[in-house]
Amino acid sequence: MVQTAKKTVQITIKRQDPEIDGNKPYFQDYNVEVEDWFTVLDVLIKIREEIDGTLSLRCACRASICGSCAMRVNGQAKLVCKTKLSSVEKDNKILVEPVGNMPVITDLTADFKPFWDKFNAVDPYLRPGSEAPEAEYIAPNEDMVHLVGVMNCIMCGCCVSDCTVLEVKDNFLGPAALAKSYRFIADPRDNTENERLEKLLDDGGIWDCTRCMQCVEVCPKDVDPMSRIMAMRSNSLNKNMNKSYGARHANAFTSLIKSSGVLNETLLILKTKGFFNIIELIKLLPLAISAQLAGKRPPFLSHSIKNKDKLKKIFKKLENK
Amino acid sequence: MKFAFFPGCVAKGAAPELYTSTIKVAEILGIELDEKAMESASCTGAGVLQEKNQLLGDTLNARNIALAEKQNLPILTICSTCQGVMSQAEQRLENEEYRAQINETLKEEGLEYTGKTPTRHLLWIIVEEIGEKKFKSLVKRKLETLNLAPFYGCYLVRPSKALKFYENPERETCLEDLTEWVGAKVTDFPGSKACCGFPILTINEKVALKMVGNHTSSAKDLGADAMVTPCPLCHLNLDQYQNRAAGMMKREIDLPIIHVPQLVGLALGLDPEELRINKHIISTKKLLSEISLRP
Repeated sequence: MVQTAKKTVQITIKRQDPEIDGNKPYFQDYNVEVEDWFTVLDVLIKIREEIDGTLSLRCACRASICGSCAMRVNGQAKLVCKTKLSSVEKDNKILVEPVGNMPVITDLTADFKPFWDKFNAVDPYLRPGSEAPEAEYIAPNEDMVHLVGVMNCIMCGCCVSDCTVLEVKDNFLGPAALAKSYRFIADPRDNTENERLEKLLDDGGIWDCTRCMQCVEVCPKDVDPMSRIMAMRSNSLNKNMNKSYGARHANAFTSLIKSSGVLNETLLILKTKGFFNIIELIKLLPLAISAQLAGKRPPFLSHSIKNKDKLKKIFKKLENK
Repeated sequence: MKFAFFPGCVAKGAAPELYTSTIKVAEILGIELDEKAMESASCTGAGVLQEKNQLLGDTLNARNIALAEKQNLPILTICSTCQGVMSQAEQRLENEEYRAQINETLKEEGLEYTGKTPTRHLLWIIVEEIGEKKFKSLVKRKLETLNLAPFYGCYLVRPSKALKFYENPERETCLEDLTEWVGAKVTDFPGSKACCGFPILTINEKVALKMVGNHTSSAKDLGADAMVTPCPLCHLNLDQYQNRAAGMMKREIDLPIIHVPQLVGLALGLDPEELRINKHIISTKKLLSEISLRP
């Protein structure tokens, strides 16, 4: 029989129960004897089955397929069935909390309604334009293979849990729903690409992502939601969907780099907001004055890099690719 | 230690105090900065150009790195965003076919990207190259009375794979480590690795301001005297927009934000004015009086 090492680990769990103390969250410590091969889920199940039957958590497959057991471990969203205890414990201690950005039902179980509502809002199904073929829809392999990564999403909610925009903006569609939207926008069998993109230009859509990369970091399936959001931004810009401040910002930024090789912060703001957008420019005035007083207003005309012509050649060659 | 110096646009634009303080501390740390090697280098694209055209963005970064490579020098940057964008490009350039495609363009300028030239942020170089022992031997002014909240900036912490945390695990805590090396206490607050909101500032100011307000106020409430950051874009946002964020929250925050080289410079015994610590929107007077230095 294989010998395994045992030790005691302190698991701190953020708990919450609508029937206890007005649903106020509290932290409870459990000292648990663990084997060295334990996952975080193994410990939680051991607590529930042997120490405290009142602990509430969700899990099903225990093999990172079903996506039920997303939780925050030491502040970061993880599938706990996939997370070895040894990879997260520090000084024999770990902290387990429910996922973020969703209301907690009890202890480690969260209400995923906001997740599914946003998911449904992007029409997460194929919308082919033509009449249904007699057999299946055919698509060339090379048009589909790049979608494999995004199709790996198991809808566990890790990315939504740790999304920094959702912490401050409820109506942001969020990384999971936007990645799913990309999955259909980039599907050659779908015929509603423009309609889908147009809808995502609104408040709460693709231009609300801050590119913080939390979703990239925490996704247990390497779906890389942020890159999908960036691909949709790129796609919309290529289709001249240029009205939003986000699009104006990307266009202004690119043209400034093209002309001098470096960024000019003053011109970037003016070009994004619009030189004649008086209301927005007035709002910026106090900031410009305080920067001036601190001796750090950026120069209106910035310097250029050496060999600017070489850079321009690269732009000429690649800017429309 | 000689490096091709890539300060990034903001250190030469809206955050000149970052540039000045870097030059001062590099001298004492024995870091030789060759800025001429990078005089043809362009902006990295900051992730924004990449929204429009990733191939173009990666080509510009490969070109910048190839410029340093031609001089046989590793790159030193002082901007988290530049570092992160370069690291992400480097990760994609590991693909041989993609690298060959980009090198085809660079060939016209007599350049080649091989992937052998290291690109590192000053903070990483201090922690990984200079190290605790040597750094502490250079400290002339221990900042023992200060409580400092570290604020990394997204691009210096994620994606950890592109930033090679697996090869350099010390990168995960380098800012806390440096804070301890200068003698200060680390204020542990939840936002140290969160987003400051800068990338969305001109697009949706309210979202950015909420982020600024949340991070600076929570650090302040947990006892921080100042926040320290290796990212000039975070600095711009956290410093210049803090009063507006405070107004939105209807409270006072008043938390000075300082750059990593300014913190290092104070510890190395430099004069605050040489480091241009007086050139911030949020006043550093109180902070300097904490360490018995007149502003």
